[in-house]
Amino acid sequence: MQSWFPENVSSFGGEVDGIFWFIFYITTIWFFLTEGLILYFIIRYRRKPGQRAVHVLGDNLNQLAWILVPLAIVVVLDLFIDLRGAEVWAKIKGELPPADVVVRGSGRQFNWEFTYPGPDGKFGTADDLQIDNDLHVPVRKVVRVILTSKDVIHSFFLPNARLKQDVVPGREIAAWFEIIRPGEYEIPCAELCGFGHSGMNGKLYAHTAEDYDKWLKEKWPSNGADANK
Amino acid sequence: MNQKAQDNHADSRSFWERRVFSTDHKVIAKQYLSLALFWALMGGATAYLIRWQIAHPDTEAPGWGFISPDVYNALVTMHGTIMVFFVAMPLLLAAFGNFLIPLMIGARDMAFPRLNMLSVWVFFLASVVLITSFFVPGGPAAGGWTGYPPLSAKAEYTGVGWGMNLWLLALALEFASFLMGGVNFLTTTMNMRAPGMTWFRLPLVVWMQLTAAVIFMLSVGPLIAGAVMLLMDRVAGTTFFLPEGGGQPLLWQHLFWFFGHPEVYVLLLPGLGIVLEVITVFGRKPVFAYRPIIYSTIVAGFLSFVVWAHHQYVSGLDPRLAMPFSITTIIISVPFAIVVFSIIATLWGASMSFKTPMLFALGSLGVFIFGGLTGIFNGSAPVDIYIHDTYFVVAHFHYTLFSVVFFGSFAGIYYWFPKMFGRMMNDTLGKIHFWLTFVFFNSVFVPMHLVGLRGMMRRIANPLQYEFLKPIAPLNEFITLAAILLLLSQLTFVINFFWSLVRGRIAERNPWQANTLEWTTDSPPPHENFGTIPVVLRGPYNYSSPDTADDWISQDQPLTKAKAAAH
Repeated sequence: MQSWFPENVSSFGGEVDGIFWFIFYITTIWFFLTEGLILYFIIRYRRKPGQRAVHVLGDNLNQLAWILVPLAIVVVLDLFIDLRGAEVWAKIKGELPPADVVVRGSGRQFNWEFTYPGPDGKFGTADDLQIDNDLHVPVRKVVRVILTSKDVIHSFFLPNARLKQDVVPGREIAAWFEIIRPGEYEIPCAELCGFGHSGMNGKLYAHTAEDYDKWLKEKWPSNGADANK
Repeated sequence: MNQKAQDNHADSRSFWERRVFSTDHKVIAKQYLSLALFWALMGGATAYLIRWQIAHPDTEAPGWGFISPDVYNALVTMHGTIMVFFVAMPLLLAAFGNFLIPLMIGARDMAFPRLNMLSVWVFFLASVVLITSFFVPGGPAAGGWTGYPPLSAKAEYTGVGWGMNLWLLALALEFASFLMGGVNFLTTTMNMRAPGMTWFRLPLVVWMQLTAAVIFMLSVGPLIAGAVMLLMDRVAGTTFFLPEGGGQPLLWQHLFWFFGHPEVYVLLLPGLGIVLEVITVFGRKPVFAYRPIIYSTIVAGFLSFVVWAHHQYVSGLDPRLAMPFSITTIIISVPFAIVVFSIIATLWGASMSFKTPMLFALGSLGVFIFGGLTGIFNGSAPVDIYIHDTYFVVAHFHYTLFSVVFFGSFAGIYYWFPKMFGRMMNDTLGKIHFWLTFVFFNSVFVPMHLVGLRGMMRRIANPLQYEFLKPIAPLNEFITLAAILLLLSQLTFVINFFWSLVRGRIAERNPWQANTLEWTTDSPPPHENFGTIPVVLRGPYNYSSPDTADDWISQDQPLTKAKAAAH
């Protein structure tokens, strides 16, 4: 059944999927209960000659219990879903964990512009490097992407990491993720951003530690690249 | 009184006054119905082109041709705009509300007949403006039906110039039209109920129309303000939503969804009302929990104003706000669970006959439950991180909206057609229409959830541009095929509708043996509706009562000795 989703490669993606399946099992049971009951009533209470419908108004508590008891169960289950979801939400979107790698990501019709701070670890200096549409990160490290837009609203979407964050001009919104499996994944834009919206797609390269070091040395050959780790 | 009614029937009004510039609520209802059905064809055509492009990207769509990305964005924008504002609203609120409210409460017309006529003509003007926007240089609006700025705020971002301004103008006119309608619905029901028609003898569909009108009137103000601000950004160089001038793009989203979520209930309530009326009549059984349903929908109306930000979990909203809005979203499911459970309880012990209106009402219920359950996934903030702006959301809201807008309206049209036009629709053709619609609808939108779970984003013109979406291409082709069949199935309705208008069996006053007042007058009712205004003696759902010999009794019919004795 996991094949309903693209492969999950982030540290928290499994928890998002977990909440999905939790809701899926509860709603599936309710689906068959309610639709099954309707179907049963349709067959059982179809019109038969000489038989009259029951004259029940549902205007007293004894009768209303038939809807109030299921209602109470619904409310308890709903709150249960919300409480479990709250933890996962807080983990992904609440306080950001300390970052191992910080990158700036900027949406611009119809590209992602990723900027690395370079060996000095500071943005806005000469060793900054901007790369269009390619985001290189090490696996098993917390990556923070500081997102903004230069024109319209875009949405930074990592399907394989179960992460999405709208990118809003005039604001800087930080998102984080930790990839656990090396590979190449896509970074589509998920918010309509103009005629090139379809096809606005970046690539996430998740490297092993060694490969990432190699990539850093390739990009900043002059000196140690430790600050980008 | 009888004499007066006859005089009115053979009245001296000219053709134009009777058929075109009429103040009669029934004619106005039919005008709204005609415009809505015209727009539904346009909405269906846009759906066909959208689906074609998704399944067979960058090939020529039969009957149209190549669909470029900017045309695709315009199609997506127009599909949403047309279906929500130019089909759902005029059908569910304007057509049914206008037709039913005066007839069901026992009034001769609306409180403000001229205002009513103005409302339909303003809506007509809105339609003309929207159609005009297709033909201006740069094409129609292409910023999505939600029109998020800055994309919608500057012509350079989309290449759309006046198309977008006309889109805003058309929406503003439409809102003005429905505000006039809402004032009429409220005033009429408050002041013009027949003697004995107390608030708790009103049919539920009237209650639902009123609640919907109030929700609409209270929520639309901020959106009108937002629309004016957006128009100013476009034409006067202001920067309400543009960050380079200190504006805030998210402000629009708050204004839009502060209206947009209540709007969902504005559509849902009249649809549920139709389903309730049909199920009670064809089940020959009183609606279970009449008063709790009324209270629930009023509570839901209030709650609908505090759930809007669940559309914005990943928009850049303060993450601490997700949980409060997630909880209000859950609380609003309570009143609707009451309504749904009451409908199911109404089916218990009923004596159901499955004429076309009943099939559509039951279909609406079944489909709506599915949509309600998938809503729980969207309402969950962590799951929404992944499924937001994917086809899972698209599939979800088509389940909720199609259930009321199409299944609900079809139930209503098949049910009230004899009262509207004085002829019966063909039941066999109606049943064929139902089964084709039901099967193909589910064939389109069940797989669409799976497409969404694979991560496919909304509003992308070509899924084949993405590696991770390539495996679902066959699924998209299947959905498109089913969608085309779903659209073609509607021909059975079109044929039935027009054939029945001229050739349908002449309808008696009360072909379904229903209790509510509209069935006590002629089919179709004369100008001013009733010969003598009925005096209401009981509630609307007194079916299969032990006090009556028949299994129904009109709201205004006295219990005769004979009937009492038969018991």
